[in-house]
Amino acid sequence: MIDVLIIGGGIAGIETACSLQDLGYETIIVEKEKTIGGHLNDWDTLFPTHRSASEVLAHYTDETRKRALTIYLNTYVISVKKQDDGTFEVHTSRDVVFRSKAVVVASGYKLFNAERKEEYGYKIYDNVLTSADLEVKLKDLKGEFKTPTDKVPERIAFIHCVGSRDEKSGNHYCSKLCCVTAVKQAIHLKQLCPKAEIFCCYMDLRMYGPGFEEMYREAQEKYHIQFIRGRLSEVGENSNGTLQLKVEDTLAARPCKIQVDMLVLMVGMESAKSTELFAQSCGLKCAPNRFIQPLDHHIGSNLTNVEGLFTAGTSIGPMSVFDTVNHAKATAFAIRDYFINTAR
Amino acid sequence: MRNFGFSTTKSRTIDYGDIDRRLISYILENEPTFNACLSCGSCTAICSAGNLTSFNIRKLSLQIRLGDLEKTHEEIDKCMLCGKCLLECPRGINTRNVVMLIKKGLTIFEIKDKA
Ligand SMILES: Cc1cc2nc3c(=O)[nH]c(=O)nc-3n(C[C@H](O)[C@H](O)[C@H](O)COP(=O)(O)OP(=O)(O)OC[C@H]3O[C@@H](n4cnc5c(N)ncnc54)[C@H](O)[C@@H]3O)c2cc1C
Ligand code: SF4
Ligand code: SF4
Ligand code: SF4
Repeated sequence: MIDVLIIGGGIAGIETACSLQDLGYETIIVEKEKTIGGHLNDWDTLFPTHRSASEVLAHYTDETRKRALTIYLNTYVISVKKQDDGTFEVHTSRDVVFRSKAVVVASGYKLFNAERKEEYGYKIYDNVLTSADLEVKLKDLKGEFKTPTDKVPERIAFIHCVGSRDEKSGNHYCSKLCCVTAVKQAIHLKQLCPKAEIFCCYMDLRMYGPGFEEMYREAQEKYHIQFIRGRLSEVGENSNGTLQLKVEDTLAARPCKIQVDMLVLMVGMESAKSTELFAQSCGLKCAPNRFIQPLDHHIGSNLTNVEGLFTAGTSIGPMSVFDTVNHAKATAFAIRDYFINTAR
Repeated sequence: MRNFGFSTTKSRTIDYGDIDRRLISYILENEPTFNACLSCGSCTAICSAGNLTSFNIRKLSLQIRLGDLEKTHEEIDKCMLCGKCLLECPRGINTRNVVMLIKKGLTIFEIKDKA
């Protein structure tokens, strides 16, 4: 029997696995994709330092190699079943059934599907992208930055809170990272297209982390990004492919029109599909936002209502890389306590 | 008091200790969802009346919260009750019902516009 099975090989899963291995526990990672790294594989640079995501990933690949960690790729975890003796049986898309003393749910998050907000024109108008699409575009960029309809953009708008803080999309919560991601991406686009005018339409700006407020200020002072306090109501397309936005500038208390060449929707983070599967198969408790409910928000955020089943990273809610890595490290210690206390 | 031969103007400061709450209390009692307004402006941005006239449903609601009822009648009559605002509100507020309640409240409390 394995000591700990980790579901998901994103940075949360890898960090937990490395820490557990260092503490002397036999650990395996089960990952559904063909590579480890999760969402970071799709990102270009990371806030708050603009360092490349691939550099962080290379660090983790190195760490797994050094420890010769066992990783099952292309293996989808379907269900987790708790046995009478307190151990777990983990069923996957492969024929093997894994048995372990403890399980970590590090299956991350999924992106809000922007097509659900039809009035914002995603997949209807060519020049509407999501923040995730933009990351991929920047990562693969060769030569000059152009809009999907092949124009060097003169005006770009970022729309905050798409699929977050919105009853109409069924997500009442804040995704926490999209504000600073918008600032990161706006700065990056301004560097690539210095002549472009860039707008961010927001309801509240949440610059909660270290270095975030500084980036916001830099965006204003150095890059002249214009922050408009108002939520987008709808988008239309002009005959020349530009987009017409309707927003109220609430500080001026006037409805306004903004014509842009490209629109970036800051899509929110949602609970991963797998979370639902695990909730069904082992009674894992979810919060009203559908992410896993931590057993104790202050002193047990890595624990769940199922003894022996732990969480790491964004399976409990939106988190930055910084927060994810810290949470995952703490998970390793929570598991060690569990093994000591239950003498397993 | 001695007459110094000049008059003072009324203070422009909002005095939170002295707000006319009749209308806002009536609206909130009958449409409690309105408590959750974030003042995001989606309703104003989509409002047909707001794009053509000076009507601003979000600002008007804010003025009502502050007990500033000097032009409420004139303004609320510009609403066409189309309900587009209701489709947009991220807080799921029944904004059209808020408009109806403003109209009713003005009658109930006999609130008239300042000339
Ligand atoms: C547009 C955008 C930009 C961002 N930019 C930044 C940034 O600049 N800086 C920053 O700090 N953070 C950024 N983030 C946040 C960052 O993506 C997360 O902090 C990070 O990805 C969390 O890692 P994770 O391991 O918890 O989850 P994930 O990256 O989602 O990894 C979860 C892994 O689990 C696997 N998995 C899921 N279900 C199963 C299953 N049933 N069986 C097997 N495997 C499974 C998945 O395939 C995946 O590999 C950004 C987020 C978004 C949306
Ligand atoms: S972080 Fe910002 S953009 Fe994202 S949901 Fe929260 S307030 Fe909206
Ligand atoms: S119901 Fe009234 S306030 Fe709402 S969008 Fe229509 S005209 Fe504007
Ligand atoms: S759309 Fe809703 S939350 Fe936004 S200002 Fe209007 S009533 Fe308030």
